[in-house]
Amino acid sequence: MRSKRFEKLAGRPINRETFIKPWPEIGLIAMDSPLDPSPSLKIEDGVVVELDGVRREEFDLIDHFIARHALKLEAAERAMNKPSREIARMLVDINVPRATILELASGCTPAKLVDIVQQMNVLEMMMGLAKMRARRTPANQAHVTNRKEHPALLAADAAEAALRGFAEIETTVGVTRYAPLNALAVLVGSQTGRGGVLTQCAVEEATNLRLGFKGLTSYSETLSVYGTQDTYIDGDDTPWSKAFLGAAYASRGVKTRYTSGTGAAALMGHSEGKSMLYLEARCLLVTRGAGSQGTQNGSISCIALPESLPGGVRTVLAENLIAMVLGLEVASGNDALASHSEMRKSAKLMLQLIPGTDFITSGYGAIPRYDNMFGGGNFDVTEMDDWYVLQRDMQVDGGLVPVREEEVLRTRERGTRAIQAVFEAFGFPPITEAEIEAAITAYNSEDMPNRDKVADIEAAQRLLDGPLTAIEVVKALEEAGFHDVAANILEMQRQRVIGDYLQPSAIFGDDFQVLSVLTDPNDYQGPGTGYCVEGDRWSVLQNLPQAWDPRTYLENLGTAQHEPWLEEIGPAKKGDQPEVIIALGPAFGAEIDHTIGGLDHRDVLSAVLRGIEDESVLVRVVRIHHTSDCAFIGHAGAQLSGSGVAIGIQSKGTTVIHQRDLAPLENLELFPQAPNLDLDTYRQIGRNAARYATGQPTTPVPVKIDNTARLRLIVQTTLLHLRETQQVERDRSPTALRVS
Amino acid sequence: MSSNTVHTASGRTLDELNIEALCADEVTAEDFRINGQTLHRQADAAEAAGYWQLAESLRRAAELTYISSQEVLDIYNTLRPGRSTYHELITLADRLENDLDAPLTAAFVREAAEVYQERGILRNS
Repeated sequence: MRSKRFEKLAGRPINRETFIKPWPEIGLIAMDSPLDPSPSLKIEDGVVVELDGVRREEFDLIDHFIARHALKLEAAERAMNKPSREIARMLVDINVPRATILELASGCTPAKLVDIVQQMNVLEMMMGLAKMRARRTPANQAHVTNRKEHPALLAADAAEAALRGFAEIETTVGVTRYAPLNALAVLVGSQTGRGGVLTQCAVEEATNLRLGFKGLTSYSETLSVYGTQDTYIDGDDTPWSKAFLGAAYASRGVKTRYTSGTGAAALMGHSEGKSMLYLEARCLLVTRGAGSQGTQNGSISCIALPESLPGGVRTVLAENLIAMVLGLEVASGNDALASHSEMRKSAKLMLQLIPGTDFITSGYGAIPRYDNMFGGGNFDVTEMDDWYVLQRDMQVDGGLVPVREEEVLRTRERGTRAIQAVFEAFGFPPITEAEIEAAITAYNSEDMPNRDKVADIEAAQRLLDGPLTAIEVVKALEEAGFHDVAANILEMQRQRVIGDYLQPSAIFGDDFQVLSVLTDPNDYQGPGTGYCVEGDRWSVLQNLPQAWDPRTYLENLGTAQHEPWLEEIGPAKKGDQPEVIIALGPAFGAEIDHTIGGLDHRDVLSAVLRGIEDESVLVRVVRIHHTSDCAFIGHAGAQLSGSGVAIGIQSKGTTVIHQRDLAPLENLELFPQAPNLDLDTYRQIGRNAARYATGQPTTPVPVKIDNTARLRLIVQTTLLHLRETQQVERDRSPTALRVS
Repeated sequence: MSSNTVHTASGRTLDELNIEALCADEVTAEDFRINGQTLHRQADAAEAAGYWQLAESLRRAAELTYISSQEVLDIYNTLRPGRSTYHELITLADRLENDLDAPLTAAFVREAAEVYQERGILRNS
């Protein structure tokens, strides 16, 4: 036997996902594996001789690195001896400043850090994020890629992403050899949209480094670290080689952050039976120990693996928190597709969006998912408006600003023309006018003409191997008249010389002002402190292009210049015939001339009259002045009706069939969903009222039910009702109307 | 850091890195390399803020500013697992210390050599 409800549930997006029971021995456990060690630290003569239950003789690569570089031994004794629950409570205590926690955490082993966050529920962890985030101002990072690796589209999309407020833009490639051109297009595009956006091209380390050295990229977050030695070796690196790489980037003025996340070691088959969170804590200590200013963590591309397990999403939040208590900048995941279910995906996002992180996502698809070469991405450009609305709903800053279509089109055009000029100056395969036109308005790369891939790859190779650098890009743009874009790219190069953006959590605000842990440290300590969405920023975030001014709506009501067609001809008298009274609201056909469903009041009244005529029953039309309430309008009409039956119609179109002997809030039939009423329905309402008036058996009028009507139109309902209520004259009796 | 205290690796002031100079070919990409001294100052600032490992990394970076990009890439590859013998790593460390004026990086490479040997991730022979 199959329940139809269970059948329906089985087909829901959430059930396309995999849910499993934990299996600790192979690392399929989110946190608290029975094989996780208890926290321990033994120091002899300034040397760590035991770390989380492992004696120095048994240290693997990672233990060695952590023991030598990650721990502040002076802080260790106090930190390790303080009960984990006490530290967890300090984390949510607004009276304990961030610095106190940082000092304690600097002496904690991986198992100790895990033990602390395991004491906390998600709400407490979110409090922890709000306090421990390094940078006061939250920000966001974009993905800009496309399947055709089309430079004009990359430049246009990067320009748009920069305009939308992303502080960093990350691109990558389908075909590795395109990397230099993609980096170039995203650099030029981003600096067209807003000077100071940091950019990177995620490719193999050696190429990545060369792109950075040339000034074509300004940051790199490709430095993966792992929680077990075998995973590290499979990743073809060691903590030492990665730490060297970090210094190499810094030596050329390039910002870096490490990347790691729960699930990676299990996925690669080397979990050693440890929980995902414990292994990630090891990664984060390696990150800190290597001198990385920050991390991209939050499971990243493995997100579905912790999510398959109980407590997985809490674990992913916990790993963000551990990174933050270590003082690291955190680009907090939400980048790889996290769920088929919109509900689950959004709920997961809230854990980072509400408290705020340095980068709420470590890659939001500023392009359609079709073109996202980072595995499709969790969010895409079609969900931008959802994001803006969430920011506006909760008065939180997710790092994005609403934009107008005209300015987006303008910026995209300028971005594509700038890259066209650079291609021309470099003698690269030309970008044609047709390509520019397509890129300005494109939805995705299917809208773009195909390019000669062989020629583009050849140009990319020349860019990588030859002498061209960002400096030649500046020159080409300046000479082609793109002075502002040239100035921005030049400033990016000057900033490499200054190096202020190598400090933790650095981004560029307006006018290349560096916002980092040194210049903009998070100082949240409860209500009224820390980052507040207020003033100009709040004005910008709430000013959606879709938001309209309700004053204008009211001003435009009933302005169509009709000849008056409803003439008041004196007080309405009580009738004694078998008639139907049509009782109209105070503004009907005058101050308001359409229903909320857009029907002309004349057509509505004609339809009702025709319905009554169908039944050959007498009718009188009156206007009610003393109330704007539909039930009372109908009830007042019924008191005048010879048959006792009346139809009450509010100006917004809500209608009731009333009867003299009923209480005001009772009725014969009520039609509360005015937007769903059409003229046929109004005619049937007239017909039914006539049948009630003449005592005939009557079937209620069938009505369409659309429960979204209220959701869509509640503001219009409010405004129309307000206008009608403004016409109420409390002491005035109903008047008879002549319809012309 | 203010613009008048910063010099590039080639010794220019920040003010000299302007669009006019660039278009007149008076400055080149080499003039946009960060100076080792600047990295030391950034390291001091990081250390003062409690980021002592970042400070150490920036001081190693300062040493690398004097080393060519190709050589930097080569050192990175030498440090990857299974790429080098113990002897090769020690030779690299000596070269860094004696020829390239990079004692911090040298010590870091020596430390790696010890741990790689202990953990058996050196290249055989």
